[in-house]
Amino acid sequence: MDLLVDFLPDLLTGLCVTITLGVVSFVLGSVVGALVTVARISGSRVLRASAAAYVSVFRGTPLLIQIMIVYFGLPQLGVEIPPIPSAIVAFTLFSAAYLSENFRAGILGVDKGQWEAAASMAMPYWRTLRRIVFPQAIRIATPAVGSRFVALMKDTSLASAVTVVELTRVAEGIGTSTFRYMEALLLVGLLYWGINTLLQVGQQVLERRMRRAYA
Amino acid sequence: MIVSVRDLHKRFGDLEVLKGVDLDVERGEVVVVMGPSGSGKTTLIRCLNLLEVPDAGTVRICGHELTKRSAREVRRRTAMVFQQFNLFPHMTALQNVMEGPLSVRRVPRAQAEPQARELLARVGLADKCDCYPAKLSGGQKQRVAIARALAMKPEVILFDEPTSALDPELHAEVLQVMRELAREGMTMVVVTHETAFAREVADRVVFMDGGTVISQGPPSSFFTDPDHPRVRAFLRLVAS
Ligand SMILES: Nc1ncnc2c1ncn2[C@@H]1O[C@H](COP(=O)(O)OP(=O)(O)OP(=O)(O)O)[C@@H](O)[C@H]1O
Ligand SMILES: [Mg+2]
Repeated sequence: MDLLVDFLPDLLTGLCVTITLGVVSFVLGSVVGALVTVARISGSRVLRASAAAYVSVFRGTPLLIQIMIVYFGLPQLGVEIPPIPSAIVAFTLFSAAYLSENFRAGILGVDKGQWEAAASMAMPYWRTLRRIVFPQAIRIATPAVGSRFVALMKDTSLASAVTVVELTRVAEGIGTSTFRYMEALLLVGLLYWGINTLLQVGQQVLERRMRRAYA
Repeated sequence: MIVSVRDLHKRFGDLEVLKGVDLDVERGEVVVVMGPSGSGKTTLIRCLNLLEVPDAGTVRICGHELTKRSAREVRRRTAMVFQQFNLFPHMTALQNVMEGPLSVRRVPRAQAEPQARELLARVGLADKCDCYPAKLSGGQKQRVAIARALAMKPEVILFDEPTSALDPELHAEVLQVMRELAREGMTMVVVTHETAFAREVADRVVFMDGGTVISQGPPSSFFTDPDHPRVRAFLRLVAS
């Protein structure tokens, strides 16, 4: 407990950084993921193949490697990004790959009769996606997307590897200066758990509201 | 001629489903399509709005030859009522009916809404405007689907077994709506096994078997004096 009091400012800063990393990357990842999904279901073979390759690469390589490439690797090519933004870039690209899979599953989960009803009334493709398919796909995808958000929150601890002072790094710092690693790590573990419990409650509320809206 | 089909062929892999179908439908005509399961009835009417792409033959709707290019134009002049309704579950009955006018016909909302309410009233659902499909019975859903079809102001409505997914006691309310449409002069192509409806409402019954039309005629002669043994066998089966 005294740790909590002694290091409160550090912990609060770390908490803010962690939440920022998670939320910003999730939002940006959703936007990029949606674009990737649109490419994956598009009529263009080149777009489809590039999107599939993107997803395959970012799902098939360790997130830590991706983060380190952005922070340590890119400067060699003349691209220097500060720690927090480079972590956000990596988290965004990484979660976009997973989210696009969730979105795609949502779209494929929409009954084929919905497409046919829209087609039979001459509704254009984009309008069908926007008005008919997306609203239903989002409902189908929400549980998986929620889990992805929670997973991302935990993954942000990897940003400590590129000098970002987020919760995990703060815990390490407390550990080194007090040699009370156990308490420090348990404490931030508890904080992650708290954030994710809130996220899960939020998701449940959202899902319940979406179910109600149909009836 | 609103619909004119010539020598239509369609296969799914090795299975040849339509083997040269000819069909003409005149303005204001009600054509009922009957035939055993698997004879190609659904495939035929899905070819009329290009939900299935035929392999050979021609389909003309209101003078337009149906091709990938003309599909949108043709679909604006036709409407389809599905066996499984295919209502949009995230929209109320009213929104379902307004969607076509808003999205496709570009009618301003201020006009589309009263028109949609009127259509729902016409199918007996004035009090269900704000219900989501999940709250409606099968018969009510199908009537919303008919109102949604009408909202497109189609030249012809295609029905694929509109009562087959319904409990028997709900058939009548849907058939009643269709009967009224027929009386008002709507051109309709109806795949159905409802012989009573066909006898009363159809101008012509078309019988399909094995991917071709093997018999057709006015219901008076089709039902009382079938000219083909397969038709006689089928009618006995449906009657029992
Ligand atoms: N998309 C498809 N892929 C493969 N086979 C199909 C497809 N659609 C239909 N078929 C097959 O084509 C044949 C004709 O189907 P269709 O649905 O047109 O018959 P139907 O006359 O409407 O029968 P029912 O009275 O059972 O509705 C059937 O054997 C069916 O299994
Ligand atoms: Mg059928």
